[in-house]
Amino acid sequence: MINSKYFLQGILASKKFDSPAIALGASFVAIGALLKNLGFTIQESIFSTLLTYALPGSLVMAESMLIGASLVNIFLAVWLVNSRLYPMTVSIMPLLKHESQPRWKYYLSCHFVAVSSWLILKSNYEEIERKYRIDFWIGIGTATWLVAIFSTIIGYYASDFLNRDMIIALAIINPIYFMCAMIGVMKTVQLTSAILLGALLGPIFYFISPEWCVLIGGLVAGTISYFIGEKYGN
Amino acid sequence: MAINIVLAIIVTSLATYLSRFLGALTSEKISEKSKIYRWFNCIAYSTLAALISRILIFPSGDLSEVNYLLRIIVILLSILIFYVTKRNLVYPTVLSAIILAALNSFAV
Repeated sequence: MINSKYFLQGILASKKFDSPAIALGASFVAIGALLKNLGFTIQESIFSTLLTYALPGSLVMAESMLIGASLVNIFLAVWLVNSRLYPMTVSIMPLLKHESQPRWKYYLSCHFVAVSSWLILKSNYEEIERKYRIDFWIGIGTATWLVAIFSTIIGYYASDFLNRDMIIALAIINPIYFMCAMIGVMKTVQLTSAILLGALLGPIFYFISPEWCVLIGGLVAGTISYFIGEKYGN
Repeated sequence: MAINIVLAIIVTSLATYLSRFLGALTSEKISEKSKIYRWFNCIAYSTLAALISRILIFPSGDLSEVNYLLRIIVILLSILIFYVTKRNLVYPTVLSAIILAALNSFAV
């Protein structure tokens, strides 16, 4: 089934000193507090992180519920904000592919695709034997997923003790961490231009459409940087 | 609360899983050495960069209460700390939260 050695290696890769799990934990503490204030029970909060496990999606759900949006509207809003998971999944699954591994592993473990787990995999996969990369990935996913769930529980119960300044401080941890992580991976021409152009075009397209700016900015910036990279070498 | 919380959670999770599952399905025939893979890789990084900069520049929710000048100061200081600490990710992250909380309590 799952090779336990590589599964464990995946778990361990997620608890390094500067692991993305820190940013993940901080933001799900904030989500736990937010869900409690929205009137969720602890079971519903855990259920939400367990099933969704994507921060912007949970935020959009919370905002939509506050304004009393319908289920169809929630579905569309969440789908739109989380569709960034599509190119992210496509850009890691080929790295994990091996003909001896059953397909259900890929279909189930794609649930673990999130920025933190994605970054952990991207910086570690080359050291792992190809055949067992999917088990390594399931290890990473399980570890980060559990961090998110436990952080939601902590945030839920800590919400009475968190004041506004602390909630705001928690909210900045996630984007700052991933901003620095993105700067850290700017090692090739292609990735450097992808990240810089994306960071530039995302906010620029905001003036045209706040809902679509991330996707359109990402698509345009990614396509331009692809050609830049192909032309000027990787 | 107008609608059932459990239903909202299920709808949210289905909308999220959809993109992940389609990603797993359509990438089955893609080789990591192909051009299309490199293109998707670029889009993935660009989209994340766009998302992060949108959150920092045009935040919604809690961060939107923070004055944009304070946010810019925190962003620049974090990048500085990141380079000064030889690309450590923990120091800029933890310090950004402390700096923001401190500046914000003075500003209000």
